[in-house]
Amino acid sequence: MVNIEIKPNPEFEKQVADLGGAEVKMCFQCGTCTASCPSGRRTSYRVRKLMRQTQLGLKEVILGGEELWDCTTCYTCVERCPRAVPIVDVVVALRNMAVKEGHIYDNHKKTASNLYKLGHTVSVNAEITKLREELGLAKTPPTVLANKKAMEDLVKLMNATGFNKIME
Amino acid sequence: MAKYAFFLGCIAPLRYPGLEKSTRVVCKKLGIDLVDLEDASCCPAPGVIKSFSKDTWLAAAARNLALAEKQGLPIITICNGCYGSLFEAAHELNNHPEVLAKANKFLKEIGMEYKGTTKVFHVAEVMYREVGVEGIKAKITKPLDYKVATFYGCHFLKPSDIKKIDCSENPHILDDLVEATGAVSVPRNQKTLCCGAGGGVRAAFGDVAKEFTKTNLENMKASGAQFIVDVCPFCHLQFDSSEKELGFNIPVIHLSQLFGIAMGMSEKELGLSAHLVPVKL
Repeated sequence: MVNIEIKPNPEFEKQVADLGGAEVKMCFQCGTCTASCPSGRRTSYRVRKLMRQTQLGLKEVILGGEELWDCTTCYTCVERCPRAVPIVDVVVALRNMAVKEGHIYDNHKKTASNLYKLGHTVSVNAEITKLREELGLAKTPPTVLANKKAMEDLVKLMNATGFNKIME
Repeated sequence: MAKYAFFLGCIAPLRYPGLEKSTRVVCKKLGIDLVDLEDASCCPAPGVIKSFSKDTWLAAAARNLALAEKQGLPIITICNGCYGSLFEAAHELNNHPEVLAKANKFLKEIGMEYKGTTKVFHVAEVMYREVGVEGIKAKITKPLDYKVATFYGCHFLKPSDIKKIDCSENPHILDDLVEATGAVSVPRNQKTLCCGAGGGVRAAFGDVAKEFTKTNLENMKASGAQFIVDVCPFCHLQFDSSEKELGFNIPVIHLSQLFGIAMGMSEKELGLSAHLVPVKL
């Protein structure tokens, strides 16, 4: 048994609330979420536990843990929660806080850097470009990929939100 | 003719262009007028980008919504991820002035503004509500006799309190749509189980994602399904790219491709060569 000292953590509570997770306080630990969670069947992620840890402000335990990233955001728990806790919003809030503290997986960073470079989360490959042409589609999709100015705008916009700092 | 700004997303145009092609062809036949949403970017992806920075997610989504607003058109998507991101961002922006003000503070940096008027729809929802099962039946030239496993994915219906498309626990609209072609949607266990790819799990913990996929494939195989019909290029990618390793061989097609087949599109036109699990019609 691990003993964790629990102290009020109003700053943590406020951060979670500001990021859209205020309603975590409504959780009364019934466990419907954990019972419904397909990730919890396959990993050590336990939604009810995460909600309780959040209520208790156990910042280090939550933000440094791998379980936080096991949620596929399938919303099954949200659909079934009898207290209407927006659980996925809470998870997203906690993940934003974790990233801010430098907890980010390399593969996630790679996806994010695709967005930063291409405006899309997947790369362009020659085989698909050829198939696009064979199908009579525009060789380059008519998105930011086809407009340099639009891509520059997107990068500028993302920088304004601090995304460049995440990419460092 | 109902007119929509066609939001392409990432995986359809850059991995499975047959999904884009068949959507264009099928929508034209069904009287759904698609206008390209030019200069759009990634939605951005709800699982990864929103998980890293809600501000970045909101600002980039607001930019996409503002582009459609300028065209004066609602957005149509062919992907649950794009639908989830853009619908949820629009829900926040269009209903909460303080969120809208925040997004506009960022958009001002690039000389744009979003007024909060864009509506976002999923192509399957538009086909069901605007064309309807009978309307689709009328356009079928090559009735199908396939047994299919319908795969709703997650963000098409959930969170259901704001999306209000169908019951998330026991949905039927995709089954009704599929059966309009003559195909039969076969029942199976855990029909609404996630594919496993979302939330950044595919990228960070691919093996965990495949555990979800495997359960789905086992249930689909036991049901006797000959095809998996999805409404999301990301679920599509997750199934198509995992099956070989997991020892399965059930072809995966998007709803638009199924309609394309039933409306006489050729194998070549459907872009099936990009599929890893061979699709034999």
